[in-house]
Order: sequence, then structure tokens, then C-alpha cells
Amino acid sequence: MGAPWNQRAARRARRLERLAPLTRGREIAAADMVAALEAAIEPGDRVCLEGNNQKQADFLAESLADCSPERLHDLHMVQSVLALPSHIDVFERGIANRLDFSFSGPQANRLARLVQERRIAIGAIHTYLELFGRYFVDLTPDVCLIAAQAADADGNLYLGPNTEDTPAIVEATAFRHGIVVAQVNEKLARLPRVDIPADWTDAFVVAPRPNYIEPLFTRDPSLITEIQVLMAMMAIKGIYAEYGVQRLNHGIGFDTAAIELLLPTYAESLGLRGRICKHWALNPHPTLIPAIEAGFVESVHSFGSEVGMENYVAARSDVFFTGRDGSMRSNRAFCQTAGLYACDMFIGSTLQIDLAGNSSTATLGRIAGFGGAPNMGSDARGRRHASPAWLRAGRERAGDGIATRGQKLVVQTVETFREHMAPAFVERLDAWQLMEDMGMDLPPIMIHGDDVTHIVTEEGIANLLLCRSAAEREQAIRGVAGYTPVGRARDARMVENLRDRGVIRRPDDIGIDKRDATRDLLAARSIKDLVRASGGLYDPPRRFRNW
Amino acid sequence: MERFTLSLPSVPCTRADAAAALCGVVSSGNLEILVGRGGAADRCDIEVNTSAHGFRDTWEAVLTDAVARHAAGGLALAINDAGATPAVVSLRLDQALEALEDRA
Repeated sequence: MGAPWNQRAARRARRLERLAPLTRGREIAAADMVAALEAAIEPGDRVCLEGNNQKQADFLAESLADCSPERLHDLHMVQSVLALPSHIDVFERGIANRLDFSFSGPQANRLARLVQERRIAIGAIHTYLELFGRYFVDLTPDVCLIAAQAADADGNLYLGPNTEDTPAIVEATAFRHGIVVAQVNEKLARLPRVDIPADWTDAFVVAPRPNYIEPLFTRDPSLITEIQVLMAMMAIKGIYAEYGVQRLNHGIGFDTAAIELLLPTYAESLGLRGRICKHWALNPHPTLIPAIEAGFVESVHSFGSEVGMENYVAARSDVFFTGRDGSMRSNRAFCQTAGLYACDMFIGSTLQIDLAGNSSTATLGRIAGFGGAPNMGSDARGRRHASPAWLRAGRERAGDGIATRGQKLVVQTVETFREHMAPAFVERLDAWQLMEDMGMDLPPIMIHGDDVTHIVTEEGIANLLLCRSAAEREQAIRGVAGYTPVGRARDARMVENLRDRGVIRRPDDIGIDKRDATRDLLAARSIKDLVRASGGLYDPPRRFRNW
Repeated sequence: MERFTLSLPSVPCTRADAAAALCGVVSSGNLEILVGRGGAADRCDIEVNTSAHGFRDTWEAVLTDAVARHAAGGLALAINDAGATPAVVSLRLDQALEALEDRA
């Protein structure tokens, strides 16, 4: 062990030695958790705290925040999501001061304040896949604090339906001589299945309460508007059907929930079952239930699970990925890879789009980050396999030139005004101001204009693949920007010309009568309808129940 | 609340006399449009009550286009808005005015 080539293993052995008095077998008592973290972690360590999109190692996060800043300080946190107050407490209490992450939605305000007070130094804001990549290159954790459903006495872990980031985190940490500590909801004599083998883990604690999981992908159909129905009709008839999109990912909002709920009704009436939407990289959205039941969907691979969908997923094992035990297996790293390389379309909403088609969800005073959208919503230039949708998009982009590659369809769907009359189309993204305020290298753009292929609004569809100049692109965007200042500043003649060429298509041009856009088209109009469509298998969280 | 009235040019509606009886009210959660008989046959009189301040020119643009798309002359529209977007306003107006045209 004295050789200079195995210092990391020696360092790991020292940490485990300090931890040993606090463990019984592999188990740490919840009451000893703060002391255990102070023993296992050293000042200056790079620590990965498992904060996912949904599943949170919340007990370990609170325990870390309760550690003494005299014992633990200058930590460098690497984590996907800052979702909980304790994730920020770690910085406010002087335990950590550096951060590399992906998404911080719920804590975006506090994070921005700490950056402005110079109490936190952000290395970079990543996409999920990018951050996972760096776990194996220059951001490998010294210690990771993860969340699992159950452990056995040996330290094998069962992750349950919400696998999410855990395998990527543990693999990077365990195989570079880091320390892997898990919080579990229960200790079992025999696990339903082993997701993380015991010799990749060092210790576990049975947390005082089950880990927090956010039902992030549940959209109540009763809140879907007729405008969203209209835009969903346009997307289905004007894009899904035209390109024959078989493999895709949907964003998280009501716009795409409307599309999911129109598949068994409107898309069915257009004869599209079996022709579109067969394979998905998608969390188990409750609003996808009617389309699954109608036979639209062949397969769904998921980043994580969704609260209440466990029994439905287990009962539809031909569609979802499930283990031998019957329960769901998700995996964010693989699903992001699937979204990047194996899907022909991403469609999602955003807050702001500029005249070049750059889109951003950044708003002033908040550092919200990116999550997975920039990865899903970008063309994978390394892709080589062809599909009809990909080839057609590539040919449209090439125009009269020769297409040597295809193109992923990246669709932004937005109503021209958001609530409180905030325009979705702007001359200048708030992201630029945020960059200046926060001293960032680049504006936090979610999806770059040169990756966006279509913009759908209530006014029409702009096909940016067919634009031949920056000026055309600008007018194509203005031409669907409605009554926003950007839309009203359009060159009407140029917009009509773009419409004649099919670059801009109005509902009339696609054969859609706006009067048909009613909520009656939704295959489910309430959460209760979704429960009924699932045959009672979907068990919505209490907050979504109103009966 | 902001309140203003507009009188915009429009093709005469052949059913203006019966408009109120035919159409009555088109409403959803955040928007209500009442259709009634107006003044001049080639104008559409519109009264807007809106919860959003400072968007009068946006309203004017939306309404000018809407009554230019349809035969709304001789009608009076009362619009009560509780936070509807221009997209919703346009869609509702189209629904209300097309319904009148269909019956003409």
C-alpha cells in the first residue's frame, strides 16, 4: 500500500477505519449519521449528494447540513438537482463553497442570491448527461450520498422504480476508491432484486422517514386549455403525421400533455395509430395512459418513475422496462442517451424565444439550470443510423444541397403570451442579463436556435429547416409570434411569402378548423378519468385527488 | 380593471337584428363575450373590461383583426376579461362570430 500509485485506495482505507466504530456491519444508526459523515468526509472533498429530478437523499442532505463547519468545510458539491432547502443550507452554513450541477428549479432564487454574495462558486451548469460524463473524467466524487428503497444486511441495494441517477453516481465513486453511503427506506432480509451490489457500497442508514419523491410529471388534464388543444392538433397533424415520428421524447408541460391526450382521439381519427408515437424516452406520464390503453405505444424507457404509476407500470411490462421482480427499472443516464441518439423528435415548451430561435427558461434573479432539455432538444451530430423522420428533416435543411446527414426534429411549442400577458417571444432573452448579473461565461440558453426545427404557436407552425437566411428565420419566427411586440413588428409581405412556401403554416393551411379545438377532444379531462383509463391501477398522489 | 370602448370597421352582419337572441354569451373561465345589437351597420362597437393594465394597443390589434376576418358590422360586443391571453380572445371571437355567419 505504500506505493505512490495507490494513494486513493489508502485514503479510502483510512476513511473506512474512522467510520468503523460507527457502523454495525454495514449499518449506521440514524442518530450517528452526522458523526459518520464527519468521519467519512474530509475538508475539500468532492461530494456527490444524490439530488435527482424526483428522488432525493433528503436525510443525508440534512445530516450533511448539520455537520460542523469546523470539521467539514470547503466541500465541492456535485449533484444533478438542488431541490431541497438542505441542498442550499450546506452552502449557507459554510460547509461547501463550490458547486457543479444541472438543475435547481425550486431553489433557484436562493442559489442566485448566494452567487451574488460570492458565497458559492459555480463551476458550470450542465445537462444531466454532461454532468454524468464529468463524474468519470474530472468531477469524480470522493464520497457519494445516495438514496435507495431498501438494503440487506450485506449492503446490497434495491432502488425501486426510481433508479434515476444512482447507478451512474455509484459507478463513478466506487471504482475510483470513493466512499458510497446510502440512505434506505427499509432493511430487508431479502431484496426483490439487487440494483447495486454490496461490494460497490460501504455503508447504509435506515432513514427516519422514506426519501422524498416529487411527482414532477403529473399534469392534471382539467387544467389543459383549448388553446393547448389547438396547438396539439397542429403538432400532430402538421409535424408528427408529416414526418411519421415513431420515436420521441416529450417535455414536462401541459402543451405536451395535451398531445398525449389527443392521441387516442384526434390522432386516431387521422388514422395515425401505428404510424406515430410508438417508442418513447419518457417518464411514466399519467397522461400517456389513454394512448397506451388505445394501443398507440409499443415501448417506454424512463429516466425515473412517477409517484402513483408503480402498479400501472408493473401491470404493463410489455410497454415499460421492469425487473424480474415485476417493478419498474428506470435509468436517467441511459434514457438521456436514448433521447439523444435513438429519438427522432423532442417537443417541449419554454419561457422565452428570441429572433434566432434560441430559447431559455432563465428569468432574472433565478439560476434554474437546464436538467435534461438541452440534451434531448439537440441534434446528435454523432448519430449515424437513419429513419424516415430524421432523413426528411435532414433533406429539408439541406435544401438544394446534398444531405449527408439527417436531423433530429426539435420542436418548441408555446402560446405567444404566457400568463399575466408575458410575451413568449422577445428581442433579447433575459438569459443575457442573467449572465451579466451572475458573472457567467455564457447566457444560459436552454435550446440553441440552430437546433430548433419547428416552433408551434396558436397562430401557426414555423418550419425553420426551410429558412434560407437569418432574415427569413427571423420573419418565420415573427410570423407565428401573434400579437406580441415581436409578432406585430413582422414584415407582413415577407411573412405571406413564407406562408406561400410552406415555411409558415396556419391552422387553415393544415386543414384544421379552430372551432374543433375543444376540451371534448381530450381522452381524459380529469385525473379521475386517468384513474378510470388505467383500470384503477393509477393511484394519484393525494394533492391531485379532488373526489 | 381597465375599461375602454372601440368602434371598428367591419362588413355588415346580416343577422345583426337577431344577434343578441342568437348568440347571447360565449364564456369560459377567464373570458366572457356578450353579443348584442350595435349602431352603424358598417361598424362593430366593442366595450372591453379587462383585468390587465397597459395592453390597450394589444387589444386593439387583436380586435381589429378579428372584426376584419368576420362580418361583425352592426354588432355590439361586450368583453369581460379576467386574464385571458390574446390567443383565447381570438379563438372565442372567431367562435362567436363564425356561429353568427353560419346561421346567416
